[in-house]
Amino acid sequence: MWEQIRSNNRRSVVLVIGMGALLVLLGYFLGLLFFQSPVGGLVIALAVWIIMSLVGYFQGDSILLSMSRARKISRDDHPRLFNIGEEMKIASGLDKMPDLYIIDDPSLNAFATGRDPRRAAVAITSGLLEQLNRDELQSVIAHEMAHVKNRDVLLMSMCSILLGTVVILAWYGSRFLIFGGMGSSRKKSSSGGGITQIVVLVAAIVFMILAPILARLIYLAISRKREYLADASAALYTRYPEGLASALEKIGASTVQLQSANQATAPMYIINPFRKKGMKASDLSSTHPPLSERIRILRAMSGASYGDYDQAYHQVHKGSQGIIPTSARARVAPVEKVIPGERSD
Amino acid sequence: MTSLYVILGVIAVIILILLFTFFGIYNGLVRLRNEVKNAWAQIDVQLKRRYDLIPNLVETVKGYMKHERGTLEAVTNARNLAQQVSSAGVGERAKAEGELSSALSRLLMVVENYPDLKANQNFLALQEELTSTENKIGFSRQYYNDSVLRYNNKTEMFPSNMIAGMTGFKANEFFEVSSAAEREAPKVSFS
Repeated sequence: MWEQIRSNNRRSVVLVIGMGALLVLLGYFLGLLFFQSPVGGLVIALAVWIIMSLVGYFQGDSILLSMSRARKISRDDHPRLFNIGEEMKIASGLDKMPDLYIIDDPSLNAFATGRDPRRAAVAITSGLLEQLNRDELQSVIAHEMAHVKNRDVLLMSMCSILLGTVVILAWYGSRFLIFGGMGSSRKKSSSGGGITQIVVLVAAIVFMILAPILARLIYLAISRKREYLADASAALYTRYPEGLASALEKIGASTVQLQSANQATAPMYIINPFRKKGMKASDLSSTHPPLSERIRILRAMSGASYGDYDQAYHQVHKGSQGIIPTSARARVAPVEKVIPGERSD
Repeated sequence: MTSLYVILGVIAVIILILLFTFFGIYNGLVRLRNEVKNAWAQIDVQLKRRYDLIPNLVETVKGYMKHERGTLEAVTNARNLAQQVSSAGVGERAKAEGELSSALSRLLMVVENYPDLKANQNFLALQEELTSTENKIGFSRQYYNDSVLRYNNKTEMFPSNMIAGMTGFKANEFFEVSSAAEREAPKVSFS
């Protein structure tokens, strides 16, 4: 059962490297366009990325917690929640129990943060605390602790920083190209460059449009995989998949939206805080797998091990292999084919 | 002359590889054994916590439950017995704790017949503590058994079993619950 986590981790690492490659390529093209040498662009891309990573690594958890207006609780504030936290700390085998936070909000949601398992925090909304019974609450906390134990928190924050860097660079790059730098630099280069210059320019523009989209797709693929894995771990820790299934059902039935969430913090939550009512959270554009599907997988489990989860997963998906939904894969594949052509330029 | 050096070099490399494999497996065994020890300590903490909670519980409910002397005594006796064997081996201890668990769940079942008691704040707090302690015992047992499984696999499977045999790593005992009542109701929930 540990093999599955390991292979999942390996796949995530490959995807992260893919995103890193996107960033490097983007820097390369920016350098070609604005400095006539790739090095300058690479330096800028890496500098932006390093600064954002350092801030995210050292301040990310406190920024996230204060942005969502979470307050830390002790045993006396809420003995039951604290007990559940301790129970799940034992079941997951974590060395230290993550700090527990409550967000005063009637919506139903929860998230985990912290750069390593020893400095982690789990936050849940007060709405969740009121509406779930003990078993359901336990499953939700188990899901969040699984994110901590599987080291998803660091992975996902590093991914979102990579994504953010790619998006910012591509955005500024394309603005400069359209409004500013284009005039002067084009005149200079067009005299000597000729056809190769134009090819590079077109390739760079295409890449600048595609890079953020691709980075986002990779990011979503990683995020969804980690959600499935956390569900499987929660079932394993509690030995009670039905608890998480009925918790997700209650969370899905609630129509209240979380006030303090924003696009950047969305993937941290147990369910996407921005899902629209009545829409089956679309396969491709969502950080989370559809709730109904997660519930069906949990209910199809015959035991509580990773093997049982995997079996239930395949049962629900009938023949599809990977963790990405088939509809998403069908649409991702052609986009990926564009990239080898880009790289050969 | 040079071919002799090559052969010596190859032999040295092979010995180094074997040594590093040996160290790797040995360290892996030590890590797993420590994990088992740690998991056992966790169970121990929770079982002790339960010994401490029970006298409080009995004290609180005694006034309300005049007709349940037998149930209360069974709980107290099972607790004392479990505490007595607390330094014994895994198997014996698991048996005594299993008895205590089933005596306790009988008591908490009977509580349902006493609405006054269920309105008592003191009792409610105690009940949450006890529920949680029962769950923690369950979860730490689960984690302990998982660690023992990993450790035992390593000590019994080739090639690590050779090194385990040489350096004295022995398979551990699972914390199995022997009482039939406990097996039927592994989860205590009052919500």
